[in-house]
Amino acid sequence: MNIYEQQARNRRMTWGIMFVFVVFFLVIGMGFDFFYLRFSPLKAPAYKWNSLGYYEASVASQPVPYGTIFALLIGLGMVANSMVNGAKMVLRSTQARLAVPTDEKERQFINVVAEMSTASGLQRPQAYIVPDADLNAFAAGINPGNAVIAVTEGLLSSLNREELQAVVAHEMSHIKNYDMRLMTVSAALMGAIALLSDLAGRTMRPRYGSSLSGSSSVPGSSSGGRKSGGGVLMLVVFVLWLLLVVLAPLISRMLAMAISREREYLADASGAELTRNPLALVSALEKIRAAVTPTYSINNGVAHMCITDPRGSLIEEKMGLAADLFATHPPMQKRILALKVMAYQNARVEGRG
Amino acid sequence: MIILTIVLLAVVMWVVLIFNGLIKLRNQVANAFKQIDVQLKRRYDLIPNLVNSVKGEMKFEQSTLEKVIQARAAAMNAGAAGNMNEILAKEGMLTQALGKLIALTENYPNLKANESVKPLMEELTHTENQIGFARQFYNDIVTKFNTEQQVFPNNMFAAMMGFSSAVLFELPQDSADREVPKVDLAV
Repeated sequence: MNIYEQQARNRRMTWGIMFVFVVFFLVIGMGFDFFYLRFSPLKAPAYKWNSLGYYEASVASQPVPYGTIFALLIGLGMVANSMVNGAKMVLRSTQARLAVPTDEKERQFINVVAEMSTASGLQRPQAYIVPDADLNAFAAGINPGNAVIAVTEGLLSSLNREELQAVVAHEMSHIKNYDMRLMTVSAALMGAIALLSDLAGRTMRPRYGSSLSGSSSVPGSSSGGRKSGGGVLMLVVFVLWLLLVVLAPLISRMLAMAISREREYLADASGAELTRNPLALVSALEKIRAAVTPTYSINNGVAHMCITDPRGSLIEEKMGLAADLFATHPPMQKRILALKVMAYQNARVEGRG
Repeated sequence: MIILTIVLLAVVMWVVLIFNGLIKLRNQVANAFKQIDVQLKRRYDLIPNLVNSVKGEMKFEQSTLEKVIQARAAAMNAGAAGNMNEILAKEGMLTQALGKLIALTENYPNLKANESVKPLMEELTHTENQIGFARQFYNDIVTKFNTEQQVFPNNMFAAMMGFSSAVLFELPQDSADREVPKVDLAV
C-alpha cells in the first residue's frame, strides 16, 4: 500500500468507528426512554378533538423522551466545551511555554515548524516547549489556524535536525488531517458515555418491575394472546441493554483507542509524505522508543495527541490482545515496519524512474 | 422543449462549476509560486552575510565562494528579467553552488564551532529546506491544476475558457543540482 491508499483506508476506518460510536450513544438514550419512560417511537399517537376545532396529537399519549434528549445534550455540551477550551487546557496541564528564537535548538525547532507548514500549505502553528526530560511531542488546537505543536526539552536535545523535522511533520499531519478535532471529540464522547452509563444504571430500580409487568404501554407485548412471550422477549432485550450500559465505558474506550491508533498510522504516513523521508521518522521513533521513562508532565488525558504514549513504552511494546485494544498508539515495531516498507517502495519507484 | 431546457441548464451549471474550480486552483498555483519567491528573496539576502563570515576560514575554497556569488547575481538578474525557464535554470545553479558550500564546511571544524557562523548555517539550511518544501507544495498544486484541466470532459472546455497548463518547478535536466557534491574525506 502506498501513502495515498493508506490515507484513504484510514479515513474510511475512522468514519466507520465514529458511526458505531454515535449509534451506541443513541442506543443508551433511546433504550432508557423505552424501558423507563415507556416511550416508543413506533407507537401511533392518540388524536383528540381539541377546543380549537381540529384533531391534535395528544401530548399525554407519549411521554417525553427525556433519556434521548438528555444523552444528546450531555454529549453535545461536552464536545462543545472541549472544542472551545481544549487547546488551552492541554497547554496549561503540560506547563508548556513558547519557544524562544534566541536559543539555538529552539530556533531550529521554530524553523522546522515553519518548513513543515510550508510543505503542508497550512498556517504556521505556534511552537511550544514542554519542560520534561523524556522524549515526546504533541499537537493541539481545533483548527489549523489556531494549532500549536509542542515538543519536550528532552526531544529537542537528543534528536538531530532531520529527525526533529520528521516528528514535527508527524504532528503537522495530525493538524492537517483534523485529528485534533476528532480526538478531542472522541475523548469528550467517551466521557459523556461513562457519565450516562452511570446515570442510567443508577435510575433503573423503581421502574424495572412495572415495565415488565405486561402493561399495555410496553411495545411488543400489547397483543393480548402473546402477552407472556412478549414479556420474556422484553426481559432478554432489557438484560442485553443493561449489559450494554454497564459495558459502555469499556467499549467506548476501546473504540476511542482504535481511532487513536488508526490516526497514528495515518500521521506517520502523511508525515513521511511531507518530508519525503520515512527513514528520518524511523530513526526518531527508535530514539523515542529507547527512552523508556514516562513523560511525567504529560498526563494520560493528552496521551492520544502525543507521538508516543507518555506512560512510557511498557504498554506499546506488548503486541498481545490487551495492547491491541487499550493502547493509544500502535506498537512501535509495527509503526517502524510500516515506514520502512514505505521507504523501500519509494526507493524502488525512484530506481525504476 | 422543457426537457431540452433542463438539459441545457444542467450543462451550463456544470461548466460553471468546472470554471470556478479551475479558477480556484489557478489562484492557488499563483499563491504557491509566491511562497517560493519569498524564500528565494530571503536566500539572496542571506548569501552576502554567509560568504563574509566564512571567507576567513575557507581561504582555499575561493572558487566555490566565487561561484556562489556569481550564481546569486545570475539568479537575481534572471528574476528581474522574468523568463520562467531562465529563473529555474539559474536558481538551480545557485542551489547547487550553495549545496557544495554547505558540504565543504563539514571539512572545517573551526567553522562549525564558530558562534557567529552557526546561526547563519542554520538559517541557510532553513531557507534551503523552505525552498525545497515550497517547491514540493507548488508542484503538487500544479499537478492537481493540470490534471483537472486534462481529464475528460474538462479538457473540452478548459482551453476554450482560457486555461493553460502551468509549468512544474523542476530542476533543468542537465542541472548540476542533480548530482551530489563530492566531499573529499582524505586527509
